[in-house]
Amino acid sequence: MFTNFPFFPQQASEQAAQIDALYFFLIAVTGFFAVLIAVLVSVFAVKFHRRHGDEVGVAIHGSLALELLWTIIPLGICMVMFVWGAQVFFHMTRPPKGAMEIYVVGKQWMWKAQHRDGAREINELHVPIGRPVKLVMGSEDVIHSFFIPDFRVKADVIPGRYNTLWFTASKPGKYHIFCTQYCGTKHSAMIGTVTAMDPSDYQVWLSGGAGGGTMAENGAKLFADLSCNTCHLENGQGRGPVLKGLYGKQVLTTGGQIVTMDDAYIRESVLQPQAKVVSGFQPIMPTFQGLVTEEQLLQLIAYIKSLSEPTSSAGTGTPAPDATVKK
Amino acid sequence: MSEAHPGYQPPPVAIHPPGHGHTPHHPYLQHHFDNMEQQAEASTLGMWTFLVTEIMFFGGLFMAYLVYRWQSPLGFQEASHHLNIYWGAANTAILIISSLTMALAVRAAQTSQPVRTQIGWLVSTMVLGAAFLGIKAIEYSDKFRDHIVPGPYFQWEGLYPKPAEQFYSLYFAMTGLHALHMVIGLGIMAVITWMASRKTFDSEYYTPVEVAGLYWHFVDIVWIFLFPLLYLIGRHYHAA
Amino acid sequence: METTAAPLNYLNNGHGLASWLLTRDHKRIALLYLWSITVFFFLGGFFALMIRLELLTPAADMVQPETYNKLFTMHGVVMVFFFLIPSIPAVLGNFLLPIMIGAKDLAFPRINLLSWYIYILGGMFTLVAAITGGVDTGWTFYAPYSTSASNSHVITAGVGIFITGFSSILTGLNFIVTTHRMRAPGMTWFRLPLFVWAHYATSLIMILGTPVIAITVLLVAVERGLHLGIFDPALGGDPVLFQHLFWFYSHPAVYIMILPAMGVVAELVQAFSRKNIFGYTFVAFSSLAIAIIGFLVWGHHLFVAGQSTYAGLVFSIISFFVAIPSAVKVFNWTATIYKGSVSWDSPMLYAFGFIGLFSIGGLTGLFLATLGMDIHMHDTYFIIAHFHYVMVGGAIFGYLGGMHYWWPKITGRMYPEGWARFAALNIFVGFNLTFFPQFIVGYLGMPRRYAMYAPEFQIYNVLSTAGATILGIGYLIPMDYFTWSLKYAPLAGDNPWGARGLEWEIPSPPPTENFTATPIVTEGTHQYAPSREVGIV
Repeated sequence: MFTNFPFFPQQASEQAAQIDALYFFLIAVTGFFAVLIAVLVSVFAVKFHRRHGDEVGVAIHGSLALELLWTIIPLGICMVMFVWGAQVFFHMTRPPKGAMEIYVVGKQWMWKAQHRDGAREINELHVPIGRPVKLVMGSEDVIHSFFIPDFRVKADVIPGRYNTLWFTASKPGKYHIFCTQYCGTKHSAMIGTVTAMDPSDYQVWLSGGAGGGTMAENGAKLFADLSCNTCHLENGQGRGPVLKGLYGKQVLTTGGQIVTMDDAYIRESVLQPQAKVVSGFQPIMPTFQGLVTEEQLLQLIAYIKSLSEPTSSAGTGTPAPDATVKK
Repeated sequence: MSEAHPGYQPPPVAIHPPGHGHTPHHPYLQHHFDNMEQQAEASTLGMWTFLVTEIMFFGGLFMAYLVYRWQSPLGFQEASHHLNIYWGAANTAILIISSLTMALAVRAAQTSQPVRTQIGWLVSTMVLGAAFLGIKAIEYSDKFRDHIVPGPYFQWEGLYPKPAEQFYSLYFAMTGLHALHMVIGLGIMAVITWMASRKTFDSEYYTPVEVAGLYWHFVDIVWIFLFPLLYLIGRHYHAA
Repeated sequence: METTAAPLNYLNNGHGLASWLLTRDHKRIALLYLWSITVFFFLGGFFALMIRLELLTPAADMVQPETYNKLFTMHGVVMVFFFLIPSIPAVLGNFLLPIMIGAKDLAFPRINLLSWYIYILGGMFTLVAAITGGVDTGWTFYAPYSTSASNSHVITAGVGIFITGFSSILTGLNFIVTTHRMRAPGMTWFRLPLFVWAHYATSLIMILGTPVIAITVLLVAVERGLHLGIFDPALGGDPVLFQHLFWFYSHPAVYIMILPAMGVVAELVQAFSRKNIFGYTFVAFSSLAIAIIGFLVWGHHLFVAGQSTYAGLVFSIISFFVAIPSAVKVFNWTATIYKGSVSWDSPMLYAFGFIGLFSIGGLTGLFLATLGMDIHMHDTYFIIAHFHYVMVGGAIFGYLGGMHYWWPKITGRMYPEGWARFAALNIFVGFNLTFFPQFIVGYLGMPRRYAMYAPEFQIYNVLSTAGATILGIGYLIPMDYFTWSLKYAPLAGDNPWGARGLEWEIPSPPPTENFTATPIVTEGTHQYAPSREVGIV
C-alpha cells in the first residue's frame, strides 16, 4: 500500500492529454489564488496582531476601485475557464463520423457489450487503439454511469434513452471501467476492464469467436420473428413505412412534428408506437413493450441502420475484414 | 455598561418590563409588537410570503405537466376530452363567486359591519367551498367508475394509453393537492367564523380575516390555472 | 465570581420542562434547536466514522455492501437536512436576529416554536427509517432506483424530509417578516449587521426552494406507493425530470448551508479586527446575488446525464457567475483584517480557517463548473472533497466560530480559551488530512459510494480515515468544555470581546424581552473608529 501507489491516472486516450492540460491550468490558477489568500490572511494576522487591550483598527470603509478590480479580474479568468472547458466539452460530445460503434447495456450489476460484428462481452470491452470508438449505451433498469478514468470519459446510462460517449484509445493495456452512478447493492462491484489493443491484435481477438452472427444479422432475425416485416414491406405497399434508406432522415409525424429517425426514435416506436406516427400512416402498430430486451432493441436498431448503409461490412474493425472469417 | 456606546442610546424614560400594569393597548396586540399597525403589516407580509412558497410547491407539479404535455401533446388532448367540462366550468364559477363573498367578508370586518353580516359572508364562502368539493367528489367517483384512475386497474380505450395515464396521474395529483388546500381553507374559515361570532373583528382589528382571505384567493387562483390546463386542452367552441 | 442571586434572564425566567417546551422566547427556542441538532450531528458523525472505517481496506469486509449503502445515505440525509440546513439559522439566527435589529422577538414566536416541533417530528420519521432498516438510495435518492428498485424505507425517510422542510420554510418566513417589519427606529437596511443580511438572503432561498423538494419527495412517495409513472421509464416516466426537480432545490440548499456561515464570518472578522467591514454594501449585496444566481445553476449536476450541450453551456457559465460574489466576500474579509487590531482568540481562528478552507472548496467548484473537466470528475471523490471543503471547512467552521463568539452572550459563561484553541487546531488538521487526499484519489478515478474499491486507491483512504479520527476527536473537545463551562467557568460579563453590536449592549445572558426599551439606532454596527475609546466592560 505504501509503495507503488499511483498519483495520477494514465493517459490512455487521445482526449486524456487535452483534459489534463485543462486540469493543470485550473490547478495553477486556483492554486495561485488559494496561496495568495492564505498568505495575505497569515501576514495580516501576524503583522496587525493586537498589541494592547484597547487597540482598535483603522476605520477604512472600502474602495470602489478595489471592488471592481477583484470582481472583473476573477470574472475574466472564469470566462477563460468557461470557454476552454466548453471547447473540450464540444470535442468530447461530438463523435467523429465513422467511429466504430459498440453497444453497451448496463443492468444491475453488470455491463454487457455487443460489437456490431456480433462479439459479445460481459464486464469487458476490447477496443483497437488509434481508431475512434463510440459507445451507444442503454440501461435495463436503473441509472448507471460508464466511466473509464484513464480515458477520461464518462456518460450516464439512463433507462428509456440512449446516451453516447466516444474515445480514441492510444496506449495498449488494461484499464478500469467503473459504474459511477449509484445503482444499488452491488454498485461498487459493477466494474470491468477495457483492453486496448494494437489493431492487428484486435483483429485476432475479433476473429476468435463471434459465434452467433453480427448484431444486424440477429436484428434481421428478430425483425422476421416478431413479424415486423408483415407491415414494413419494402415495396411501399405495407401498412407501415418502408425502413430501407430511412435511417438518419427526417420524417413528418401525424402530430405535425419533424423528427429524425435515429436510435432513440426507433426504440420509442417499438415500445410506444403511438407516440410519433409517420404522417400518412394509421396508428395501428402494436407495442412490443415487454416482448424485447434492451439488447434485442439494439440488434433491431443495428439491422435497421444496416438497411441504410452501403452494403457489406457491418462496420467493425479497420480495413474491412472478410465477412466470411466469422463462423 | 460604563458609558454610552455610540450605536445605541438608552431611551429618555425607562419603561417597566412587559406585564399588564403598563400602558393600555388593544387586547389582540401581541407583546413583541409595538402597535397594531406593525402587527397587521407583519401578519399580511407573513401570509404573502407563505403564498409564495405555495406557488413554488404547486410549481413542481406544473413543471411535470409541462414536460409530459410537451412530449405527448395529442395524448394529453385525448385524455383531457374525457373530463366533464360542465362540472369544471361550474367549479370555476363557484370559486370565483366564493372569492367575491370572501372579499365582502373582509370588507364587512374592515368597515365594522354587524357580526351577522360578517358571518353571513363567511358562511357563504364556506358553502361555496363545500359545493366545490362536492362536485370534485362526483368527478372523482366518475373516474373510478370509468377505470381511469392510474394504477393497476387503469383502462384506456383511446389511441394514447400511456399519455392518458400520465395525464390522469397529474390530474389527481394537482386537483388532489388543490382539494387538500380547499379542505384546509374550510377549516381556517370555520375558525374565522367562530372568532367573528365572538365579536372579535372590527375596523381596528380584522387581520385574521384579511389573511384568511389572501389564502382563499390564492387557492382560487390555482384553480383558475388548473381548469384550462386540465379541462380545455384543444377544445374548440362549435357553433350549433 | 458572583455568587449572589443571578439577575432575571431568559434562562432562569421560568423553570421546568413545560416552560421550555411551550416557550415563545426565540432564545429558548434557539437552545431547543441547539440540543437537537447536536444530537443529529453526532448521529451523522457516527455514520461517517463507520464509512471511514470500512474504507480502510479495499474489500467490503467490515460491513456488507448493502449496509454500507445505508450508512452513506443516512450520513448524507442526517447531515444535510437535520444538521447543516438548520444549524446556524435555527440556533444563532433565532437567538441573535431579533436582538441585532433591536426587537423583542421574531414576528411570529408561536410559529417559531412550531417550526422546532415540525423539525423534531420529521427527525423522528427519519430515525424510524434508520432504525427499522435504513435507506440505501443515497441522500439524492435518484429515480428509478428510489421509486422502483430499492428495498429500503424510502417512503418513511421521504416523509421525514418532507415534514422537516416545513420547519425550514417557517423559519425563513419568520426571518423575512421580522427583518422587514421589526427593525428598531433608526435601524435602516444599510445599518443592519451583515449577519442579518446573510440570514435574509438565506431565508429567501428557504422559502423559494424548499417547497420544490417537498413536492419532489411527495412524487417519489406517490410513485413508489401507487406505481404512478412520473419518473420511472418502465411506467412511462422520465428519470431526468426527477434530477431537475431534485437539484432545483438541492443546489440552492447548499447556499442555505453556507450563507449563514458567511454572515458569521463577517461578524467575526469585524469583531476580532476591531474594524468595520471593508466594502459593506458589496458584502451585503453579494449575499443576495448568491441567493438569486444560485437558483439558476442546478443543471451543473446533470452535465453527464445526456442533456443538450447548449443547456450545459448555459448552466456552466452561470455557475461561474455564482462564484464571483463569493470571491468578492473573501477579498473583502481579507481587506478587513488589513490594518485591523487582530486578536487570535478562538472564534477568529475559526474565521481564519473558514477563509482558507472555503476558498479551496469554492475554487475546486470552478473545476466542476468547467464542462470539459466535470465529465471526468463527476461522481468521483473529487466531488466529495469539494463539498466537504465548503460544508465542513466552510459551514461547520463558521458554526463553531459563531458558537464560540456568542457563547458568553448565550450562557453568560466564558469557555476555556486554551482548550478552544487546541480544539480548533485539532479540527483544522484532522479536516485537511481527511479530505485533501480525496481530491487526488478522485482524479485517479475512485468513484463515490463505493463499499469496495480498486486496491491502488488504498493509501489515500487510509490517510483519509486517519484524518477523520483526528477530526472526530476534535469535535468532542468543545462538547466537553462547553458543557463544563455551564457550571464551572467564570462569568463572562456583557461584552467580553469589546465588540460592537446591539447584542453586546445587553446583559449576558439577556433578559427575556431583550431590551428594557426599544433602542434608537444612529449608526451602523462595528464602528470602531479610533477617535472613540473602546469601552470594554
